[in-house]
Amino acid sequence: MNTCPKEIVQYMHEYLDGDIASEHEQELQKHLYNCSDCRKHMQELENTIAFVKGAIAIATPPRFVDQVMQRLPRRKMKYGFQRFIRRHPIAIAAALFCIFMSASFLSGYKNDQQFSYTKQPNLQVEGQTVIVPEGETIKGDLLVKNGDILVKGAVDGDITVINGKYMASSANVTGQIEEIDEMFEWLWYKIKNSAKKAWSIIDNNE
Amino acid sequence: MDSITNKRIKQVLKGDQHAYSEIVSLYQQKVYQICYRMLNNQHEAEDIAQEAFIRAYTNLHTFDLNRKFSTWLFRIATNLCIDRIRKKKPDYYLDAEVAGTDGLDMYSQISSPDRLPEEEVEGMELQERIQYEISCLSEKYRTVIILKYIEELSLQEISEILNIPLGTVKTRIHRGREALRKQLSNL
Repeated sequence: MNTCPKEIVQYMHEYLDGDIASEHEQELQKHLYNCSDCRKHMQELENTIAFVKGAIAIATPPRFVDQVMQRLPRRKMKYGFQRFIRRHPIAIAAALFCIFMSASFLSGYKNDQQFSYTKQPNLQVEGQTVIVPEGETIKGDLLVKNGDILVKGAVDGDITVINGKYMASSANVTGQIEEIDEMFEWLWYKIKNSAKKAWSIIDNNE
Repeated sequence: MDSITNKRIKQVLKGDQHAYSEIVSLYQQKVYQICYRMLNNQHEAEDIAQEAFIRAYTNLHTFDLNRKFSTWLFRIATNLCIDRIRKKKPDYYLDAEVAGTDGLDMYSQISSPDRLPEEEVEGMELQERIQYEISCLSEKYRTVIILKYIEELSLQEISEILNIPLGTVKTRIHRGREALRKQLSNL
């Protein structure tokens, strides 16, 4: 075999790998036909492969899956938050929307600071004070926004004062008197409205 | 199998840890078998196979879904096995390549240093004998022989798993076959 061409063993392996060129295969066949040493070598290689392939499949130990699952690390919070942002773009958009909306309704609050009151005949106005003159009777409810009310006469109804004071020399009011310091309640009202809007947008998207 | 795997991987990435158990069930046999054949020890094989699945889990976000999951997983497993073998074996291991011989190492010139007495080897059951002969191969040849003839993977896949050129895989398989042939004909 020592006199055999060196490439014959290489051809054997090419043959065993299943990617031998046809001229190499012919050369190999011719050589094996004439050389008993190389035939033996080839036979041994084929036996070796058959031997290793005779290995039976190894069964996995019992409870292998459970043990792996128990050993898994818990997910880290950092990843959790990043994943939350990636997975809930709508929630993030809604949060941003709320922030911008709050800016717009806070600026809107200033525009709402004007003095206004329920138009009723017989009412006098001095500066930002609505006066119910003496001897006069107002029929119906009175609403005063961003101003005070001074009752000298009589009111047959409710009085509501928003951001202002109720003053009376002779309390002759048949209905309820309510003063609202409006900032908080107004905000609350706006927040409720905005939240309702935001939810309706989310519902439409999902 | 690949489409189920990819589906489960996506679920795991979304935070559903439980979906991973199905991936483990699907691949446990092959991964454990590679580890057992490589390490020739049940406890070590079990430990390393579990470790491979845990590594795969923690690095799952780096896995490219367009590629084959088994290739990626087997790569993790074989790397862990090779690391374990290298830690166990001291410097006298004959696997170091001899300079200027293109992959030839001391092992290919000397038979295994700690081979059992012939009578003992001859008395082995066939399966025990197969395992023993594989374990006598150097880690470099053992890996390719296991992947080729026990896991029955293509040369291309083996090249991807081990991250070595196709030509190198072929060379190692040729030398691995010759080493095994010598071991078997010595008897």
